[in-house]
Amino acid sequence: MKPTHIFQAEQVIAGHDHKTVIKGVSLVIPSNKISVIIGANGCGKSTLLKTLARLIKPASGTITLDGRSIGKIPPKQLARILGLLPQSPVVPEGISVADLVGRGRFPHQSWLSGWTKKDTEAVAEAMRIMDITELANHNIDELSGGQRQRVWIAMALAQQTDILFLDEPTTFLDITYQIEILDLLTDLNRKYGTTIVMVLHDINLSARYADHIFALYQGELLAEGEPSKVITSTLVKDIFGLDCTVIKDPVSGSPLVLPKGRHHVSGLND
Amino acid sequence: MSSNSVSGKRELRPHVPRNFTRVIVICLVLLGLCAAASLVLGSRLVGIHELLDGLFRQDVDSYGANVVRKRISRTVFSLMCGGALGVSGALMQSVTRNPIADPSILGVNTGASLFVVCGIAFLNISTANEYIWLALAGAAITAVFVFGVGSVGRGGATPIKLVLAGAATTAALSSLVTAIMIPRSYVMDQFRFWQVGSVGSASWSAIATFVPFLIIGVLIAIITAPALNALALGDEVATGQGVRTGTLRLIAALAGVLLCGAATALAGPIGFIGLLSTHVIRLILGPDLRFVIPMSAISGAIILTISDILGRLLGSPGELEVGVVTAFIGAPILIILAMKSKVRSL
Ligand SMILES: Nc1ncnc2c1ncn2[C@@H]1O[C@H](COP(=O)(O)OP(=O)(O)OP(=O)(O)O)[C@@H](O)[C@H]1O
Ligand SMILES: [Mg+2]
Repeated sequence: MKPTHIFQAEQVIAGHDHKTVIKGVSLVIPSNKISVIIGANGCGKSTLLKTLARLIKPASGTITLDGRSIGKIPPKQLARILGLLPQSPVVPEGISVADLVGRGRFPHQSWLSGWTKKDTEAVAEAMRIMDITELANHNIDELSGGQRQRVWIAMALAQQTDILFLDEPTTFLDITYQIEILDLLTDLNRKYGTTIVMVLHDINLSARYADHIFALYQGELLAEGEPSKVITSTLVKDIFGLDCTVIKDPVSGSPLVLPKGRHHVSGLND
Repeated sequence: MSSNSVSGKRELRPHVPRNFTRVIVICLVLLGLCAAASLVLGSRLVGIHELLDGLFRQDVDSYGANVVRKRISRTVFSLMCGGALGVSGALMQSVTRNPIADPSILGVNTGASLFVVCGIAFLNISTANEYIWLALAGAAITAVFVFGVGSVGRGGATPIKLVLAGAATTAALSSLVTAIMIPRSYVMDQFRFWQVGSVGSASWSAIATFVPFLIIGVLIAIITAPALNALALGDEVATGQGVRTGTLRLIAALAGVLLCGAATALAGPIGFIGLLSTHVIRLILGPDLRFVIPMSAISGAIILTISDILGRLLGSPGELEVGVVTAFIGAPILIILAMKSKVRSL
């Protein structure tokens, strides 16, 4: 089981160049749980995730891991605790699945030690968890979108971090693959206790798979907590500007958002 | 942790390309053959006795033996120069994450040439030692300039924009080189190769000046290779894996400039070696820079030496400068790569 970490942001203000996107966010990431950041397009979800993962330096505020500022922890050491899968990583041309997953071992290697048995084991394990062992010697270019996404997650897993950040790991995937990826991530969390923080676009899948929701609106944290408490028609109206009815998902028991557009709204007037 | 389930059928060795041993043996054999051919072939073909006399018997003073002796320094220099340019190309491609970066395409070695020619014309500079520092300054300034121009506008430094900036800079700088050289026949006669690049006039003392730069540059390249591998996955992944991307880029770019600047100081602007050598290796071994970087040194040495031999054979009884030969081979390859990279970039 992965150890418990206290990962905490206080009054973080961050953005790009001259534009402030995150306007004073304070949060504590629930350790060994799955957290999902939700919010409208452009509200700053990716920016927040990147700031927490030290890809963007905050203009002010502090981000600490177990009491130490993340900017002060040596980068390679931090990379053994905190992993990140960005929204659009670059695929080197002609790389094989096993090679790409192996790239996740970088923070564990020194120039002198080279490739060790531990690296081989970590890669094998990550590929097994993501169910891509059979694809090991395939070229990335030959894979479907769903398989490719599993390879990227496997690379992040090979890094064997206690905390894993993922930006929209299910975008562009069919519903079947979305569920498959989210199930695999849940397995990872339940079996190993990996703390997962991710951005998801589907609010219903977020409600179903998250232990904890962070609802972001224009760079500010509007609400947080467990999905059944947080996801209400008022919140959806506030952050997405959308009228909806929230019912209990008959499959999972989590909240299910039923949007109300201008058309196809009949009966059920609450 | 049980990995038995995987190690069954297929062996999982993500760290070494499957054909690596074979490739390295073939490359080393080719390297030896090239070196031998470079001693034997040329406007005058030497026989085996003359070759052996030239190599091992200092007392024999036949014409053939002396030809061989002259060709030894030329061969050593062309191998080293090709290696330096190959590694420099691999570094520049990694730093810019751009598949067609190469010292010549970015105009870096024309910049180095210009500085050296200026030094000869205006500052009366005449030793390899002094050329090198001027060439390094020229290479560094040009690299920064071209990369800056190529990054302006949307999308940052895309392959096409970099090539355009490099081509424009190369054209402007080489016309300056010509303008400086034409009225000064003494520069012209002695250093005509500064316009096209040649390995013919290398002396042992120039080679000795070159060696430390070669060693430092290649060492830095090999040491930074694993981090450059991470950088190849994008800046965000690299940062997430604990790479300080800014520092890494600076160090790797400096090593690239060091290698190509030092090579250019002594040989003039030889083009396309970085491009050709790295892409051949990538095609055979895949994209892992821990293998691409050292092997690009070997393939660069082979390609430059073969080009030099070709130049001697084609230009006989004189010789065709090696820079002309590499441009002939390299230009079509560049066009193919540029067309491909419109669709996808490294
Ligand atoms: N690299 C950048 N440079 C400048 N501005 C940026 C950059 N990336 C994002 N922005 C701006 O910051 C704001 C927040 O962007 P961000 O990507 O964090 O939103 P998001 O919530 O992840 O959106 P989406 O749901 O579309 O992924 C947007 O207005 C966007 O235009
Ligand atoms: Mg986003």
